[in-house]
Amino acid sequence: MAAKKMYDTPMLDELEKGPWPSFISGFKRLRDDHPDERINEMASSLLGQLEHSYETRKGYWKGGTVSVFGYGGGIIPRFSEVGDAFPASREFHTLRVQPPAGNYYTTDMLNQLGDSWEKHGSGLVTFHGQTGNIMFIGTTTNGTQHFFDEINEYGWDLGGAGPCVRTAMSCVGSARCEQSCANEHGIQRWLVNNFTDDVHRPALPYKFKFKVSGCPNDCVNAIERADFAVIGTWRDDMKVDQEEVKNFVKAKGREYVIDNVVTRCPTQALSLKDDDTLEVDNHNCVRCMHCLNVMNKALSPGDDRGITLLIGGKRTLKIGDLMGTVIVPFMKLESEEDYERLVEIAEETIDFFAENALEHERTGEMIERIGLVNFLEGIGIEVDPHMVNNPRQSSYVRTDGWDEEAEKWFARKAEEAAG
Amino acid sequence: MAYEDMRQPIESGCPDGFQYMHPVMRKNFGLWKFHEHPKPGVLRHVAHSGDEIWTVKAGTQRILDVYSLRKLTEIGEKYGDGYVRFTIRSNIEYMVSDAAKVDPLITALTDAGFIVGGTGNSVAMISHTQGWLHCDIPGTDASGVVKAMMDELVDEFQNCNMPNRVHITTSCCQINCGGQGDIAINVQHTKPPRINHDLVANVCERPSVVARCPVAAIRPAMVNGKASLEVDEKKCICCGACFPPCPPMQINDPEHTKLAIWVGGNHSNARSKPTFQKLVASGIPNNPPRWPEATALVKRILKEYKEGAKDWERINDWIERIGWPRFFEVTGLPFTKYHIDNWRGARNSLNASTHIRF
Repeated sequence: MAAKKMYDTPMLDELEKGPWPSFISGFKRLRDDHPDERINEMASSLLGQLEHSYETRKGYWKGGTVSVFGYGGGIIPRFSEVGDAFPASREFHTLRVQPPAGNYYTTDMLNQLGDSWEKHGSGLVTFHGQTGNIMFIGTTTNGTQHFFDEINEYGWDLGGAGPCVRTAMSCVGSARCEQSCANEHGIQRWLVNNFTDDVHRPALPYKFKFKVSGCPNDCVNAIERADFAVIGTWRDDMKVDQEEVKNFVKAKGREYVIDNVVTRCPTQALSLKDDDTLEVDNHNCVRCMHCLNVMNKALSPGDDRGITLLIGGKRTLKIGDLMGTVIVPFMKLESEEDYERLVEIAEETIDFFAENALEHERTGEMIERIGLVNFLEGIGIEVDPHMVNNPRQSSYVRTDGWDEEAEKWFARKAEEAAG
Repeated sequence: MAYEDMRQPIESGCPDGFQYMHPVMRKNFGLWKFHEHPKPGVLRHVAHSGDEIWTVKAGTQRILDVYSLRKLTEIGEKYGDGYVRFTIRSNIEYMVSDAAKVDPLITALTDAGFIVGGTGNSVAMISHTQGWLHCDIPGTDASGVVKAMMDELVDEFQNCNMPNRVHITTSCCQINCGGQGDIAINVQHTKPPRINHDLVANVCERPSVVARCPVAAIRPAMVNGKASLEVDEKKCICCGACFPPCPPMQINDPEHTKLAIWVGGNHSNARSKPTFQKLVASGIPNNPPRWPEATALVKRILKEYKEGAKDWERINDWIERIGWPRFFEVTGLPFTKYHIDNWRGARNSLNASTHIRF
């Protein structure tokens, strides 16, 4: 085989300077040192095209239609618009692969994935993309099938791409975090693995994302980014170890505790007593997590744990950023029935979304267009004051069903009281 | 290949993480008591059982070549326990049960060129998108911007001495896959798309493109005898939403595609409810290979935040306390008519009070 084609990369070379690890140096290792000529050529060509982008300040990839046998999505197809100049990376598709819940790996498994990827792809991989997938970046159409066939045999499946249920994400969670109020990884898998058909065969109006955070710190940005955000929380009293509170006050001083813990409480639910113990007004605590974050040895979530469910978060296009809205203020997730109920709400939501959203409209945008109440009625969830910051301010509303609605509220309250 | 020879996929979905989890984490799942941050890049978690797990966190280049991946796994095998995870900002975390393994692990990572840090109140690794390397609609690169910026912010990544953590994100188009951040560096287009009318009819599903526009500025039109689309340039907000479904409507431009900086996005419910980021600077040149103008502005904002914020204030908390006028004053950034929102719900962002700081 002829010597590989080389390209000058004066601009990219600038990105080999400085202390942070350089992705360009990595590309060059693949170009210069890898034993497989196919990978050398591909890396060289990719460097050439990227340099061309840097020089002209333009991108040169186009989408297309590539998938593996049996699926309709999971691949991000990329065909070069400048493939004649950079032929070895003319086709440079990415496979989106679902990571294990919580993103745990053994080094053995990472090596095995690396071996398979070297055989069939470019040797470039990212843990993880913004949706949460492992991104195996750069292979041909044939390569996507061979690589998928190989890793699918040892436990890996494609994620979502296009208008479908997407790969889900959960935080580090119960595996290593004292704030966790839920089995994040279990919830993630119960939810997303119930919808594998909707992951692999895009047929929804637009994307639908599940994200799970174990506490209101929301480390996976679920409220801001997920159509279906599950957040762990608790409803009994937070646990206070008064001896640890005293130790903390002793170490940091009363002023620090007052300025950084007590006065930062959004609902003034904390009081530092004269004997250096902490009093908590649990009824008015909104579970914001601040005091638990600062004094994590002394304060912990309570024992009556469950989740809050928010629906409709998304990023900019089309109507602007939307946060998720509380749909279920609290539900327990302990028994199999509890989990089935959560999956049922997800199914109702996705069915309603599939039937009612416009093309390219996210769940939150659909709710914005039709109003929250129509959505709640569609998925069979009763209204709750936790869903709003405040009641309506406008008098422009027809209220001739008031008495019946008030009856429903009192009936529901009576039912709850009866247990 | 004939149909019957094709392999049917196993639709196994999301794998169970337990099989790859450190045994101490499996044993103490849901039973952790507290954690400490003994030094930058290191976390010590203690379980109710008394068991400990130590974590060493390191920043990587995110787009890993297999050599870098193997170096990371080799370090995990030789100096760690063979168990790792990746954070949502693409840092690698090594979990070990023996405290004695922490320092050798740090040395090995540092010797191999990885940066240990990113814990506690650090400027975390910038979460980013694909950019010119792989995206079909990017206005800029992602990995390059982040590499150049992290070169300058590496001390803040390693030292963990900001008032609270700082999450920075970048996005290469206004769809904003990078998400929300305390500071976000995002593409901001400034001119309407340039339309290749010869291609529109064959490439684009015209009604879908018309429906995609947030301000109804696109309409079907015959141009030079060909079915095409036209843009009302007075209405156009230059968002680029039409470009993905209709590549002949080129939004990217070497000169007019700029960068903007947004601040105050906060995912956490701690103290205040989660917040979205707000525009503070725009018109920043998209200047490869090292984007010095954008980095200089980010550093300026970080400097003021570090000096002005109280302990535990995220950027949004800090600005909420000092007020936006003071933010523009201390950073020296101009306040322009473009900072005043006119999108739906904008009225909620106006000051309808006499709450004014002097």
